Amino acid sequence: MAGLRPGHPFPSCTASLLAFFPHLLLALLEGTVAAAVLALSALGLSLVFGVMRVVNVAHGEFFMLGAMLAWWVAKMVPGGPAMGFVAALIVAPLLVGALAFVTERLLLRRIKYDPEATIVATIGLMFVIQQLALSVFGADAKAVSAPFTYRIALPWFGFSGYKLFVVVASIFILLAVWWVLAKTKWGLVMRVTQFDRETATAFGIPVNQVYSAVFVAGAALVAVAAVLIVPIQQAHYLMGLDPLLMSFIVVIIGGLGSIKGSVIAAVIIGLADGVISMFFSPTLASIIATLAVALVLVFRPQGLFGVEPR
Amino acid sequence: MTVLLETRGLSKSFGGLKAVSDVDFRIEKGEVRAVIGPNGAGKTTFVSLISGRVAPSAGTILFEGADVTDLPAFRRVQMGIAYTFQITSIYANLSVAENVALAAHQPGGKASLEPLERVGLADRAPQIAGTLAYGHQRLLEVAMGLALKPKLLILDEPTQGLSDAEIDNFITLVRDVAKDATVLLIEHNMPLVMELAHRITVLDRGMILAEGTAEDIRANAAVQAAYLGTG
Amino acid sequence: MTARIVLLHGAMILALFVAQFVVSDYAVLTITRIMVLAIYATGYNILFGYAGLLSLGHAMFFATGLYAAALGVTRLGLAAPEALLFALVCGIVVSFIIGLIALRATGVAFMIVTLMFSQAAFLTILYFGDITRGDEGIVIKDDQRVFSLLGTPMNLADPVLRYNIALAFLAVAIVLCLIVVRSKIGHVLVAIRENENRTAMLGYDVKRYKLIAFVLSGSFAAFAGAAYALLFAYAGSTLASIQYSINPLLWTLLGGAATVLGPVLGTAMMFLLVDFASSFTSASLLFVGVVLILLVLFFPKGILGTIRQRWWRWLP
Repeated sequence: MAGLRPGHPFPSCTASLLAFFPHLLLALLEGTVAAAVLALSALGLSLVFGVMRVVNVAHGEFFMLGAMLAWWVAKMVPGGPAMGFVAALIVAPLLVGALAFVTERLLLRRIKYDPEATIVATIGLMFVIQQLALSVFGADAKAVSAPFTYRIALPWFGFSGYKLFVVVASIFILLAVWWVLAKTKWGLVMRVTQFDRETATAFGIPVNQVYSAVFVAGAALVAVAAVLIVPIQQAHYLMGLDPLLMSFIVVIIGGLGSIKGSVIAAVIIGLADGVISMFFSPTLASIIATLAVALVLVFRPQGLFGVEPR
Repeated sequence: MTVLLETRGLSKSFGGLKAVSDVDFRIEKGEVRAVIGPNGAGKTTFVSLISGRVAPSAGTILFEGADVTDLPAFRRVQMGIAYTFQITSIYANLSVAENVALAAHQPGGKASLEPLERVGLADRAPQIAGTLAYGHQRLLEVAMGLALKPKLLILDEPTQGLSDAEIDNFITLVRDVAKDATVLLIEHNMPLVMELAHRITVLDRGMILAEGTAEDIRANAAVQAAYLGTG
Repeated sequence: MTARIVLLHGAMILALFVAQFVVSDYAVLTITRIMVLAIYATGYNILFGYAGLLSLGHAMFFATGLYAAALGVTRLGLAAPEALLFALVCGIVVSFIIGLIALRATGVAFMIVTLMFSQAAFLTILYFGDITRGDEGIVIKDDQRVFSLLGTPMNLADPVLRYNIALAFLAVAIVLCLIVVRSKIGHVLVAIRENENRTAMLGYDVKRYKLIAFVLSGSFAAFAGAAYALLFAYAGSTLASIQYSINPLLWTLLGGAATVLGPVLGTAMMFLLVDFASSFTSASLLFVGVVLILLVLFFPKGILGTIRQRWWRWLP
């Protein structure tokens, strides 16, 4: 722990206590970043799962693609990491969204959004995207520089300013999505379709087009999340599995169809993950999280704030 | 006459909506009882409570004197309560004979064709159930109910979608069924109800509005008001 | 059981028996592997094809058998046959407990619950890496592969013995599956798959039947896992990963869900296809993905399922 001097004259229990709080603070900070990352990754899934009631197992691969594209764009675009970052923020969601559009049209619509068939088909899609990424980008991990580096100097340790920027950006994006859903006509159309598909059709809402738009929006959102997050992690063709599982955990515990629920769940899980990872082990944190999802699904399937469809 | 089924204070609320409200109901062995009422009166919820598909919010259900309130649906079926669905629910991909065999608890085996003969579908035994005409699918539902050899047969809007000729056949069928089983019938078809039912229970907004013979109900002003002239 | 059915399945087993004398040593090894994994797929099919329940977490049962057998031999000093039995019992117990919990969820929730339990199991295997040795895995040493059966000494390193043991196990699995499928239980499971509400309203205890299917399916998987560990002397965490939950689904879909021989055929075909694809690309999983998508879009009934629908309606 940088900054703590060994051989401090205080008695040992106070020393441990003094060591505890900075560890805790770091754990909470990392947990907050984790929560922001979770909330963003899960947002797209929450929309898709909530409105269309289908499980897109390739969700994690959309994330991975976003990260890979961020790396590739940063390589292609001259002018430093900041330029690359902005360019990626435009290119990645566009390309990933286009892929989602094609998937929805050619695949999901043809199997009529049948839950079981969608899972199997998107598992296939997951393999295809993963392996194509492997062939095109290679098996090694790729680092992407953050658009800016700024170290926040705390008395006990330094903390990355970019990570805090990610937290702020997430809050901003979440609020923007919430605003669209709650305050615009688009949002109303989506909520009606989610609540009762048949009534929506009776009101003249083109449900298929809504589904298409939601699926594309979900993919674009997760691509944006990936562009934001990739400077913190590295891009790797297998990186999609973790966001997939964690997004599911967040969406299910938070409750289907509830953005608020997803956010709250992300905060709880992110902070808990940060603390457990710091003081115990990341693997243990994952075990607890996955078991929690399973039990929530069994005993309280609507999660914390779930909206039941009719 | 012995009481076959009795409910005491039976209630069901969905959120704020009281679908069935404090219903005391009795049906005697050998009766044909019709339950009528305007749309949304709670008729289907009521029989769902009796058959066990839905758990009550309050009240008790007694079948042959035994308290079945907490029993799951399949146990009540084993005790002798059979329910035919309002929206036809047969095994569309299996043959007519296989449907009845399952109902007779001889899955995959050769069950007696007697239930099919009673409803007039015996010659269609090898046909795939999903390819039957709608009216015949309704009859298959009844045949499956009969194959259970029930003490109480609950028919939920059985003639919906049937032609007049089919309805006439149906009346004959129910009279035949009533020889061995007690029948509880939800119906909107007034002439049918007047013809078949020994007694009629009228539900409105989850409560029993009136109970009596066909003449009593026909003359009842409150019932007429509730229906606003329909039927 | 009709003569046709006995003949067909008997011929299949006989063909597998004869194959070992005509193919290369490499093929013998591969077919041994296919046969063991086909047991896994056959059990999976009971739950997926016949009962209509899609589990995305069966790797946890395969892994239960795998590690129970491997640890039984290396740590508990069990002989191979004892370890097999021990692993089977573990599999039955684990699938019973998980089934009691997971079956309370339905539809998509059930799929995700099974996925999550399996993932938790996988992570737990990694967490206790001191015992399980993570993805490096447990290797069963040669002297631990020797045992005596009815007085005869046997060495599991012998490829001929391995092949025939795997074949015997597969034959038992197929016969068992046939019996279940053609029995009352099998028909009720199909009824549950076709119309669960109706089946409950005909007086069947749907929960109990689903649990039976789940435990049967999990036990087959555990047995296959144990056989795998003992025959190939290896238990590693990759065999407990999501990949190994998706595999039986893929093999069953390809060969034909709700057919007894479908999973066996599907497992074999997938191995052949991947082998074929590997000869010109390193991205063989890409091939798997494409096959899955094509199956779902155009051949949801798989090979034997389509054959049954078009020509051989009697195929169990």
